[in-house]
Amino acid sequence: MILSGNPPRGKLLTALLILVVVVLALAPFLFPGSKPANVAAKICVFALLVASYDLLLGYAGIVSFAHTMFFGIGAYGIAITLYALGPSWGAMALGLGAAVVVAAVFALAIGLFSLRVQTIFFAMVTLAVASAFAVLASQLSWLTGGEDGRTFRVPEVLRPGFRLIENGPFGITISGRTLSYYLVFCSVVVLFLVMLRIVESPFGRVLQAIRENPFRAEALGYRIIYHRTLANVLAAVFAACAGALNALWLRYTGPDTSLSFNIMIDILLIVVIGGMGTLYGAIIGAALFVLAENYLQTLMGAAFGALNASGAGFVANFFNPDRWLLWLGILFIFSVYFFPTGIVGKLRAEPKS
Amino acid sequence: MSAIDTGAALPQQKTDYIPVLLPIALALLAFPLVGSFSTWTTLTLAGLAMGMMIFAMASGLTLVFGLMDVMNFGHGAFVAVGAYVAVVAFAPMGALMQSPSLAANLMALIPAMLLAMIVTGVAGYVFERLLVRPVYGQHLKQILITMGGLIVIEQLLYATFGPQLNPLPLPAALRGSIPLGAAAIEKYRLLAVVVGLIVFLALQFTLTRTKLGLLIRAGVENGEMVEALGYRIRRLFIGVFMAGSALAGLGGLMWALYREQAHASIGGEMMVTTFIVIIIGGLGSVGGCFIGSILLALLANYAGFLAPKVALISNIALMVAVLLWRPRGLYPVTSR
Repeated sequence: MILSGNPPRGKLLTALLILVVVVLALAPFLFPGSKPANVAAKICVFALLVASYDLLLGYAGIVSFAHTMFFGIGAYGIAITLYALGPSWGAMALGLGAAVVVAAVFALAIGLFSLRVQTIFFAMVTLAVASAFAVLASQLSWLTGGEDGRTFRVPEVLRPGFRLIENGPFGITISGRTLSYYLVFCSVVVLFLVMLRIVESPFGRVLQAIRENPFRAEALGYRIIYHRTLANVLAAVFAACAGALNALWLRYTGPDTSLSFNIMIDILLIVVIGGMGTLYGAIIGAALFVLAENYLQTLMGAAFGALNASGAGFVANFFNPDRWLLWLGILFIFSVYFFPTGIVGKLRAEPKS
Repeated sequence: MSAIDTGAALPQQKTDYIPVLLPIALALLAFPLVGSFSTWTTLTLAGLAMGMMIFAMASGLTLVFGLMDVMNFGHGAFVAVGAYVAVVAFAPMGALMQSPSLAANLMALIPAMLLAMIVTGVAGYVFERLLVRPVYGQHLKQILITMGGLIVIEQLLYATFGPQLNPLPLPAALRGSIPLGAAAIEKYRLLAVVVGLIVFLALQFTLTRTKLGLLIRAGVENGEMVEALGYRIRRLFIGVFMAGSALAGLGGLMWALYREQAHASIGGEMMVTTFIVIIIGGLGSVGGCFIGSILLALLANYAGFLAPKVALISNIALMVAVLLWRPRGLYPVTSR
């Protein structure tokens, strides 16, 4: 029931999902240290962000390039209020609330303005709006801190210095950092389950019907504009929440961590490789992607070094760790062609055949 | 051709002149705001030059969309390739570039332009065959695939040329400016205007005065009918795609010279501008794209001078304003 009647299906997929979730749930105790914690938190945030994007791309069949804008609105909402009002829970709630409202209004405006027309038009308009927003955020330095962004303090309980349990049973220590992580993790879990509920609701079914055949859905009496705009607003709100969580974890918000087009590309890569229109793909995809981002590059670095040493300088450039997007891009293209439902689709299909 | 020449008796569609007047109105409106004549001339010419370069980059995109119903999100990649062709082509021609004579400079510049167009044209062919062809008619996949293509080409450029900025000095005779009364006119901008006009006139001539252009326009209106009349629309498609890519390469080369540097990120940067321009012009309309480019560039230059903060969002503001007035762009293409 907690999964809204939409279990992952497929033994391997279920096992994989359980593994990811359990590891994430126990991450602070399994892998102490700051790098693994950052990796785990990033996986959580991206799972939520990508799932919200999947709501648009996979379920409603809308391509938007403004998703980082909403992510950024959430991040800046938290950053600006905590920076201006000081570290209190009230400021945090205000920031989150304001961000959600702003994101919803923006999404509504863009949706009403351009969702009437083709997919392509919407994609282009969102791209233009998002780039203008990113420029604005980096220029209005009195509000956003400009290119430097805003570093802010979080409430006492969430700070690294805070100790809830020091050297408790089994020698565990629960610091403010651990609590921050669980705040992120639990929020992501709850929001993800809400999204799962949404796509399985009648509203979600209609979205899928519109994606499959807009004319028929309209003929059956469902207003396309209404459903698409609502999907856009919902996705924006979830993305803003993801942005707020990310800002809380990093205790910093800047254009690079919240608004850059690279994040948009990351989202696209994750949602397609993980599996469009599955939601679970977001979890698997985000886990794989963030792990690859942090650990595959080390591997590529080794290959780069080896090739460089063997004199194949030119070929080596393609294995430079900075070029890892090249390989992901190729994987992305192949995914769109050969397995559009991504990893999740592949894992689901196999037991049947 | 004869059947068309007798077409004088056919009912002529009324030409819509209002959009043509917009850039002129904008320039006149800006004059009292800017105040000084010399500054206004400089700004206007800078705007025209920028508009011409944007047009070169955007025209291919709108043409490809009009004919093939394909929005190429990887179009910016060809812009970047054009810029890098300039870096490679100018390297062995240092003597010609440094020569103070304009003729010698053009001897270097024109082959480089042709090379850029050939390289990006061929790249366009490969891109179309490998990536776009399998996804005709599927908009969602098109967007994703061409976006993936952009990422891959950008990364390939980084891998081949390195991630650093490549300086790209202007040819000696094109540096500096010509004094015209109190106004100073940069020489390179004049060249950009000339090249842009040549591209526009060549496109207009091809589209309105040749049989090929007739087929392309017919294809935009109704591709199936053109096919039914026995023309191989597939060949037309690929030809237009290559031509569009070649124009993007030319625009990329011009733009990189204008900025005097080449970098792979230029593709992604220009993509947003070209999108705004073709939305303003009406998706698929070359004339609208031309007017949209000039309008956008003029506004950006005036706004940059009058209120630099406003200039940051002048592009978006212009797009919103135009769409509120004509929701499908200045010159809506009927069939889409």
